[in-house]
Amino acid sequence: MKKYWAFFRLRFSMGLQYRVAAAAGIVTQFFWGGMNILVYRAFYETDAEAFPMSFQATSTYIWLQQAFLALFAAWMVENEIFENIMNGNVAYEMCRPVSIYNMWFSRSMANRLARALLRCFPVLLFAAFLPAPFGIGKPASMGHLGLFLVAMFLGFGVTVAFFMMIYGLTFFTISPNGLRILISSVVEFLAGAIIPLPFFPDKIRTVLELLPFASMQNVPLRVYSGSMSGEEMIKGILLQAVWLVVLVIIGKVLLAFAEKKIVVQGG
Amino acid sequence: MKCSNLRLYIHYVSVIVRSTMQYKTSMLLMIMGQLLVSFSAFFGIYFMFQRFDSVKGYTYSEVLLCFAIVLLQFSLAEMFGRGFDLFDGIVRRGEFDRILVRPRNEILQVLGSRFEITRVGRMIQALMIFVYGILTSQVEWTFARILAVVFMLLGGCALFSGLFMIYATLCFFTLEGLEFMNVLTDGGREYGKYPIDVYGKRMLQFATVIIPYTLVQYYPLQYLLGRTESVFYIFLPLVAILFLIPCWLFWRFGVRRYKSSGS
Repeated sequence: MKKYWAFFRLRFSMGLQYRVAAAAGIVTQFFWGGMNILVYRAFYETDAEAFPMSFQATSTYIWLQQAFLALFAAWMVENEIFENIMNGNVAYEMCRPVSIYNMWFSRSMANRLARALLRCFPVLLFAAFLPAPFGIGKPASMGHLGLFLVAMFLGFGVTVAFFMMIYGLTFFTISPNGLRILISSVVEFLAGAIIPLPFFPDKIRTVLELLPFASMQNVPLRVYSGSMSGEEMIKGILLQAVWLVVLVIIGKVLLAFAEKKIVVQGG
Repeated sequence: MKCSNLRLYIHYVSVIVRSTMQYKTSMLLMIMGQLLVSFSAFFGIYFMFQRFDSVKGYTYSEVLLCFAIVLLQFSLAEMFGRGFDLFDGIVRRGEFDRILVRPRNEILQVLGSRFEITRVGRMIQALMIFVYGILTSQVEWTFARILAVVFMLLGGCALFSGLFMIYATLCFFTLEGLEFMNVLTDGGREYGKYPIDVYGKRMLQFATVIIPYTLVQYYPLQYLLGRTESVFYIFLPLVAILFLIPCWLFWRFGVRRYKSSGS
């Protein structure tokens, strides 16, 4: 455990170095968040009846999503891992007396967490000062806030575990480019990053909510503003925990299998 | 002279295409990936309109037409202007020095340095949505309206190319691509899928005065959808081509100020 904590700390402090890049990125996030809210405002003004959640809850969803983008974004994968698998450097990592799964897992967590920490405060602060329906709302209650933190942690875990599975698959496909682009756009869409899941047609939504993608950002972002009922929240969080365990097991099995079968490319 | 420039560009492109073709599977996978990527944007619109009948008076098919045209504008510009997009690498590695000493126009060489055949994927997808948009739209096609679409594509392609050029020029000063420029290029594509007045009056003003998006999207669209009879609107996208002039002047300014990174 201590080894992986060391990996985590190392990567985390490395991630915190990119402060200027984060500052430049934040401008983009204000813009994307703002434009998104304007789109929903237009739909809301056209037909408020058809809106599946309150406008305030939608704004909150969007700003939380921007603030914690790095925790859940499907395109923020570890390119270094892909490269190592492609160019064969992964052989060196396998020589180390550590579990490759745990090492990569702690590394991905550290990278995402560092980025999120650098970016979340300015976005949250900015959104908190926006006028009422457009800014970020207060959590529905202290209980909701607590559940939000739990759901966020689980969702973060599910996201990382899902991509661990993809790294495992890359051992077999060799060229990850096509796969990577495809997977990240499908995940983004099904997780509710393009439009929040409540805006999907009801039939499709009930299916999607069972998939692991809904256990990523969908649950925490909706728990916060209280747009889920008590029962839905408990179900959602339990499902998150189940998916986390399942994905970790699949990932570990896949990597163990890959480690046995692996043919390293070149030298 | 002009003719030989064109020949040189075609030669550049053919070299790049032939070298990409060496990795056939990878190329096909990339094209497939690119093809499917922005379908999520399409489904985003599709599902929203399952719930809502219209937005600010625009129906589903009208929004779709708008989305398709903007996507096509962007992918055209992206396919040819990709060299500008990766320009920070050229500056940092000192490759621009080599470009400057050659007796040819430097813009031509930068454009010729990259040509992404894999972007054909996005293009195919834009074309598919475009055809679907035209089939579902209730637009009565007249010669003037077809002309409006052609002008929109031309003007939009020029506008996005201009933005890529500004992005590249900024690299002379910062050595690094600036992420916030994505707001203007990718953002223009992403949020151009809805007619700009959807975002409110202020955004409409911004997108007319600061960066003339409305000239290639909102105004000609009004004519296309039959909301105005004024023929004047058809020709507005051509005015957007003038946007290239300040971009070009800025580029010239950047080239004069260029100091080699030395590597």
